[in-house]
Amino acid sequence: MTTVREPRRRLQGLPGLYAVTMRTAVQVQFQYRTANYAYMIGMIAEPVIYLVVWSTVARSQGGAVEGITVGEFAAYYIVWTLVRNMNIVFTPYGWEGRIRQGQLSGMLVRPVHPIHYDLAYFAGWKFVVILLWLPIAAVLALIFRPTFDISPLEIGVFLIAIWGAYLIRSMLLWALGMVTFWTTRVSALYEIYFTAELLLSGRLLPLALLPAWAVTVADVLPFKYTFGYPIEVIAGDLSTRELFVGLGMQALWVALGALLVAVVWRFGVRRYSAVGN
Amino acid sequence: MAGRVSLAGTFLRVGALNELQYRVNFFLSLVQSVVAVGTALVVLALVFSHTDSLGGWSSDELLVIMGVYVLMGGLIRSVIQPNMQQLMDDVQEGTLDYVLTKPADAQLLVSVRRFGLWQTVDIVVGLLLVAVALVRLDEPVSLWSVLAFVLALVLGGLDIYCFWLILTTSAFSVIRVDFLVELFDGMYQAGRWPVTIYPGWLRIGFTFLVPLAFAVTVPASALTGRLSGWLLLGAVAFTVGLLTLTRWVWRQGLRRYSGASA
Repeated sequence: MTTVREPRRRLQGLPGLYAVTMRTAVQVQFQYRTANYAYMIGMIAEPVIYLVVWSTVARSQGGAVEGITVGEFAAYYIVWTLVRNMNIVFTPYGWEGRIRQGQLSGMLVRPVHPIHYDLAYFAGWKFVVILLWLPIAAVLALIFRPTFDISPLEIGVFLIAIWGAYLIRSMLLWALGMVTFWTTRVSALYEIYFTAELLLSGRLLPLALLPAWAVTVADVLPFKYTFGYPIEVIAGDLSTRELFVGLGMQALWVALGALLVAVVWRFGVRRYSAVGN
Repeated sequence: MAGRVSLAGTFLRVGALNELQYRVNFFLSLVQSVVAVGTALVVLALVFSHTDSLGGWSSDELLVIMGVYVLMGGLIRSVIQPNMQQLMDDVQEGTLDYVLTKPADAQLLVSVRRFGLWQTVDIVVGLLLVAVALVRLDEPVSLWSVLAFVLALVLGGLDIYCFWLILTTSAFSVIRVDFLVELFDGMYQAGRWPVTIYPGWLRIGFTFLVPLAFAVTVPASALTGRLSGWLLLGAVAFTVGLLTLTRWVWRQGLRRYSGASA
């Protein structure tokens, strides 16, 4: 007879769930490191193109556009690659499968809100991604020669801000995905959402390059706090005040996002009836 | 040769009929196309709000490039990519046997089996963009440059086809090549801009490895008075060479294919 060793004291409740799910994600995703790498390398094309275009513009304008130099553009788009990876969360397109194939049924009988699994799983995955990202960043830095001017405070704020960005985008895309509870014809809606995000988040270009009215619009929308703000913490020159105001705004959007998820979930899940399985 | 053309024509007709069953997809393609072109126009406006020319191209000239880019993208998504994806699936599942046993050239068959009718929306939208750009440029377009444009477009399409088939043929030895589609989509984005703006090593890559220069920049050059006869001749030579190489790679790939037991 084998004796089952009494496990050591484990984390209980929600922290325990997070710890286990994140560890699982790290192990699973590390197995697929080649696929992960191929995917990450495919993603580099986008910022490199933006970088080349804006560097060309900067050079033709005597070295800088709106005060942003070629080296600063390089810094912006290299940090971009990490922030972009932090922005990858459960896709709203995935909700159709969850609802149509009834995967949600399994999640509903568990004793915690299903968003915790997604938050924990993707957060765990991020640790693999960050590890794989480091050599990519080194190569990009060697090629494009970025100029950085970083203080310890900025590094500290950055380490918080990338997780703030992750949380905000997780909440927003969860809320968006839940629209599928009401209708499955969602692709046009998503398309418009992602286009607005592309233009107003800082993904396409540093927000300082937008016309003044668009900058104002971007300020009141959440997109900036998932992309442009974390990048500029380390690649731009924000004042200490701006650094902390940004963190405050992130906290606000995390809270608003959580509220949105809670409300939409409450009404949406009533409309859910599993098909299949 | 005539037999091959009519074979391809038959597949095209069946593919189109198949797609006509799903008419709502037309509107989906249209929405996607409009959003994509709208975004691209905004980007163009943003870039040119900070400069007058990009690598020697004015904003209207860049509109020509964008039109060709959209057009070529439509061609890739309607004719090239669906066939290549089907080929990848067939290799993975061993169903390529059914193609190989048919009494026609296998390379031709795998290249014409699928046709995305609704994706051709992008071809129309791209042509419209080119037309608008030419009107705005308000410079006479000679017959010679239109002919050169059409020829360059055909050559560019063939180059992209060769590139895809060579990549897909690697499925014979690697099997899992789904990420190739992602990789190509990412790199194709670079074609929105004239390849001349890319730093040396990237420009060489976008010319010969991923033939974006031949697919987009060269046809656009024909319409904006930048294309010399020599460059066009070079494009012809490159395409002939690439077609030959592709044929060879395809045959090598077939030898590795071990069939339905997979």
